[in-house]
Amino acid sequence: MTVLIDNPPPISPPPQQAPRHHYLNSGYSFRSWFLTTDHKRIAILYLLSITFFFSIGGLAATIVRLDLMTPQADLVQTETYNKLFTAHGVIMVFFFLVPSIPSVLGNFLVPLMVGARDLAFPKLNLLSWYIYVLGGLFTLYALLAGGVDTGWTFYAPYSSTYSNTYVMATAIGIFITGFSSILTGLNFIVTIHKMRAPGLTWFRLPLFIWSTYATSLIMVLGTPVLAISLFLVAMERFLGIGIFDPRLGGDPILFQHLFWFYSHPAVYIMILPSMGVVSEIIPCFSRKRPFGYAAIGLSSFGIAVFSFLVWGHHMFVSGQSVYAGLVFSLLSYLVAVPSAIKVFNWTASLHKGSISFETPMLYALGFVGLFTLGGLTGLFVAALAVDVHVHDTYFVVAHFHYIMVGGAVMGYLGGIHFWWSKMTGRLYPEGWARFSAILIFVGFNLTFFPQYILGYLGMPRRYHVYPAEFQVLNVMSSAGASILAVGYFFPFTYLLWSLRFGKIASANPWRAAGLEWQTTSPPPTENFEVTPIVVDEAYDYRRIDGPPADGGAP
Amino acid sequence: MVRERSGVVLLFVVFAVLLGLLALTVEAARHDLGQWNWFVAVLIAAVKALLIALYFMHVRQSTPLTKMVVVAGVVWLAIMFTLSLADYWTRGWMS
Amino acid sequence: MNADVDVKPVPQAPLSLAHQFDDLVQQREADDLGMWLFLCTEIMFFGGLFLAYTIYRSRDEAAFAAASHELDLFWGTVNTAVLLTSSLTIALAHHAAESSRRSQLVALLAATLVLGSVFLGIKGLEYHHKYVHGLMPLLGLPFEWQGPSRGHAELFFDLYFLMTGIHALHMLIGLGILLVLLIQASRGRLLGDFSAPVRVTGLYWHFVDIVWVFLFPLLYLIGAR
Repeated sequence: MTVLIDNPPPISPPPQQAPRHHYLNSGYSFRSWFLTTDHKRIAILYLLSITFFFSIGGLAATIVRLDLMTPQADLVQTETYNKLFTAHGVIMVFFFLVPSIPSVLGNFLVPLMVGARDLAFPKLNLLSWYIYVLGGLFTLYALLAGGVDTGWTFYAPYSSTYSNTYVMATAIGIFITGFSSILTGLNFIVTIHKMRAPGLTWFRLPLFIWSTYATSLIMVLGTPVLAISLFLVAMERFLGIGIFDPRLGGDPILFQHLFWFYSHPAVYIMILPSMGVVSEIIPCFSRKRPFGYAAIGLSSFGIAVFSFLVWGHHMFVSGQSVYAGLVFSLLSYLVAVPSAIKVFNWTASLHKGSISFETPMLYALGFVGLFTLGGLTGLFVAALAVDVHVHDTYFVVAHFHYIMVGGAVMGYLGGIHFWWSKMTGRLYPEGWARFSAILIFVGFNLTFFPQYILGYLGMPRRYHVYPAEFQVLNVMSSAGASILAVGYFFPFTYLLWSLRFGKIASANPWRAAGLEWQTTSPPPTENFEVTPIVVDEAYDYRRIDGPPADGGAP
Repeated sequence: MVRERSGVVLLFVVFAVLLGLLALTVEAARHDLGQWNWFVAVLIAAVKALLIALYFMHVRQSTPLTKMVVVAGVVWLAIMFTLSLADYWTRGWMS
Repeated sequence: MNADVDVKPVPQAPLSLAHQFDDLVQQREADDLGMWLFLCTEIMFFGGLFLAYTIYRSRDEAAFAAASHELDLFWGTVNTAVLLTSSLTIALAHHAAESSRRSQLVALLAATLVLGSVFLGIKGLEYHHKYVHGLMPLLGLPFEWQGPSRGHAELFFDLYFLMTGIHALHMLIGLGILLVLLIQASRGRLLGDFSAPVRVTGLYWHFVDIVWVFLFPLLYLIGAR
């Protein structure tokens, strides 16, 4: 009996035409897109929406970095500046980073990777997207009507009592969007548990699925606490109650506990999927199994669990007790361990591999380097004594941008490039793509490395007026930001270009392992003509490439 | 699956126990147990919750995975409580 | 692409089976798992409020006790009994749905709806009582507290209204869903293999009941009465 995975994908010239019927041409009407329950179409809807929000968040950052080129408040007033960095944070965190890989790549790939026809709850998936859009529009309204100046962290009592900006509307917008996150995570968990193809045991799953599963756990268990924290702020403003009001005996730090209980695990929502992407890309472009598959997979769980134990490291100087600070500091050191395990295993995966530097690999390698740098500085700030000095300075800003931009965004772009042919049936122009990846890498480092130094020297975050001696570093950072912006512009352009003019892709242009590559590019609506049955271990590149001892590459 | 008659009878039995526990908790609140009032109240509530979960929500007959999910929810709540209270209950220590 | 896979031909899929699932068992397990995951989110959502409650009560137990004694123990107890009964009726409704007993299902769903509405009605009366007696420190209304620890007593009532209010909102949503189910049941749906919505709604309803099971002693039974 022949089974789907037994034969390696044939090496044949690329087809001249795309497959006849696939998910993109199975209907062109408004209804077929906006009332779709096909996870692949929903992924495309998300792709478009999050790109939109990324642009707005990026625009806010552009104005911020322009203003920071001079030590005075030259470009915008302080109130406006506060609203700009808040907008940047809120949009980038809640409307770009948290949904990005899970809602775009996760939605597209999870059913394909587990061999299913769709997610467990396709209609909930569509609802997720609509909820996301609704929350996003709400928040946009708040920003356009006048903005919020509390920072994306909404600390009480400023947010709950004193701020005169659109706190409630923004909080409601984020609250609504949280449901999108929850429903997506819920869908993934059920799908991964209940809908795997026959023979697809846990330890044969792609590492991207392990990461997505861990991310989903965090989404389901953490997001509700964000919801209640923002809800309480909104109720303080609306009902005039005083849960966080010290005059009644309330505690503003309680807000921080509730807020960071979600928002720390949230940063792992933002990075775990990228790690999953990297775990797919590195084996493919080293033509080897990943080193320590089980360690990489289980470390995703470790990260998900531990991420909930460390939130107080955002509160070392808030008024939290020193003893709690001690506990959180120790736990924060422990949470670095599973991440480090991944970095070591990725590196070991490269060893004796047959490495090539296509665009996804450039992004993946960039990720490993930048994530490591960002992660190491995480250890600096996790040390209580160090954090007293660098808390609320640009050091922290640099730390998290290294992880979120150098890590998460690069992982996202790497994933988009890696699976672009699967999603669209087209190949992007490799030359332009490699150039852009390198440009982004250079621009990123020029933007954010000076910020480590600025923070260490004492420049506070969220200030746009600073001592003149910090100007040189700020100008370097802004110059880097302009390069980064150009760098991001390129993929936007050539990816769109490729939809019409790109070479037509075969089912498996990378000759990668994984069920998603066993179906056409783009896949048919039902994903597979026949439900695949899995007999092989994951990442069987040896079998795909043929044993080298036979003399010569196949 | 709920087996016919015995299943229905069991639901009524559990219901009766729940009402009994309700009476018990109200009665317990009439006595001054000092430090222990809240503990007794929460304990009885926990037993009621367990009964509702096991019998009305059929957790007893559900898959091991479902049971794990229920436990996970409670464990995560415990994490939130424990580490937050680690702050509040140690604030008075030292200066 | 290799299509020589020896898969048994799938017999005509039952109408109750959604296209993404392979069989009814998988669908049922997926539904239950999905609802329980959602209930975990609710545990964490309400959990935040219970945390606030725990912290503030531990800071001034006496003030909380004094404030708690202003709540009406009789109606609180009645409401708890009402809600427990509604859990019974919906559990029985699920059983009726699975056994395809249409009129029983309709009656039990209606009973649950009525009991839930009674709960909200009593809650409304309690709220009104607080409003009339100046114990509703919301929206700038006067807070007429005669005893000591005024601030902390106000915190108690803030938490009381927040926690019971959010609980009531969840009940209201549940009642809406129950109404939809009642209409569908009266049209002969939701029976046998199609009873998943009743089962899943039951899980939600029982959870909301469990929340009240904790709210009742924590709000109404502080300190000896």
